[in-house]
Amino acid sequence: MEKAWRPSCNLELLRLRARVLQDIRLFFAERAVLEVETPLLCHGIGTDPQLDFFTAAYCLPPLRQTLFLQTSPEFAMKRLLAAGSGSIYQICKAFRNGESGRFHNPEFTILEWYRVGFTLPQLMDEIAELIAVLFAGRRLNPTQRISYQAVFQHHTGLDPLIFSYQDYCAYAFDNQAPEAVALCGHDHALWLDFIFSHKVQPYLGADALSMVYGYPACQSSLARLNEQDPKITDRVELFINGVELGNGFYELTDAIEQDSRFNDEINIRQQRLLPASSKDKHLIAALAAGLPDCSGIAIGLDRLLMLLSGCASINDVLAFPVDRA
Amino acid sequence: MAIYSTNEFKAGLKVMLDNDPCAIIENEFVKPGKGQAFNRVKIRNLKTGRVIERTFKSGESLEGADVVDVEMQYLYNDGEFRHFMVQDTFEQYQADQKIVGDASLWLKDQDFCTVTLWNDAPLAVTPANFVELAIVETDPGVRGDTSGGGGKPAKLETGAVVRVPLFVQQGEVIKADTRTGEYISRVKE
Repeated sequence: MEKAWRPSCNLELLRLRARVLQDIRLFFAERAVLEVETPLLCHGIGTDPQLDFFTAAYCLPPLRQTLFLQTSPEFAMKRLLAAGSGSIYQICKAFRNGESGRFHNPEFTILEWYRVGFTLPQLMDEIAELIAVLFAGRRLNPTQRISYQAVFQHHTGLDPLIFSYQDYCAYAFDNQAPEAVALCGHDHALWLDFIFSHKVQPYLGADALSMVYGYPACQSSLARLNEQDPKITDRVELFINGVELGNGFYELTDAIEQDSRFNDEINIRQQRLLPASSKDKHLIAALAAGLPDCSGIAIGLDRLLMLLSGCASINDVLAFPVDRA
Repeated sequence: MAIYSTNEFKAGLKVMLDNDPCAIIENEFVKPGKGQAFNRVKIRNLKTGRVIERTFKSGESLEGADVVDVEMQYLYNDGEFRHFMVQDTFEQYQADQKIVGDASLWLKDQDFCTVTLWNDAPLAVTPANFVELAIVETDPGVRGDTSGGGGKPAKLETGAVVRVPLFVQQGEVIKADTRTGEYISRVKE
């Protein structure tokens, strides 16, 4: 009989995790990137309508406030950058409500780092170096760098930057995914999520790091729009063996643009009747004070451990996934 | 009937999809870090047996299907319908060849099998995993061959044809696995 008090991962995975953490700390120490800690429990939270958060009651009678468990340390780290910290990294827990599956646990570990003065291509160089260090001895194929448009077109024949409802529908019918038509309707971003995650992502990074950059502007999140081509954004995603491993940006530093994106997302949350989230005023103030030009990326460490160990489920690399926590 | 959300789609759950009863085989949560969450679900249509993949937005739901597996005794074939009976209640059900399908090749009078009922009507019939049936037709084997290599086809009393070792003779009773259609052993009378 399996005993639920026991860790769900093999004890060897605890040692692998410890070694990976050491390797990461050494990697950044050698590059003089400062390790920082920021709160997991905050007054503000991301407005991203795709991320569901946990709330906690903060009681200090007569005070009673709702605090949020962070979905990512991004806002707090940007405040440090604006305060002049220089390049920083953090290894911390992040919390996303309602996410559970082979690649998801509602509480997971993030490695996030920001490089002041780095463009996105420079950050991609450093990402490739870190992955090479962590996968040393496992012999990865050469790193692939490809634009979202090129990789999307290669696998589907569709142009992701120009939404043609007819072409997208025809593609869905021809590729055993007719349900996409009703599911996605006229929502371009949703079509891209559907097609990319079903028909492109599984083929990315066969025993290699694949870095996909130049995401369509409708999927810009906290990235800057590209200076030459406003149809795309300076955002990069990492994949190994079809697993999404990380997401990076040439960071948006414009407080007004950030404020308006927050407002858009809050409106979407209201339309979809999602739990209300208020924009992080500290972040807006920090951007207004001046965030230095920088690029940053977050990597899911648990998924990285899955890839390093060949485990098929995130439960195989966590001591106590949510069911046993 | 109950409503089930994508989070409750566990293997074996019976739901209604496109007006047909279906069984969930596999459910994978797919979520781009910055995008819409989906559930990619592998489903067997219990009427046709076909397996399809269907993607749902996470949080969507389906109506449950009133589908149950009941152990029954196979009674007889009246030419049009096969008749089954629940041992405890003596309740009888009939099913035509379209529903019984390939299970008929393994069904012998009085044997037990599983009848899948949808809204209390037979939907499918599954023979027991292992059955013991007599061989009604097979070539005489080479005497003394006990190696089991090669083998030969043998027709069983219910109609199924299985590959048996050369030493197995017509009239003998064998044990077979109905899931793979493979010979297991001879049965000593």
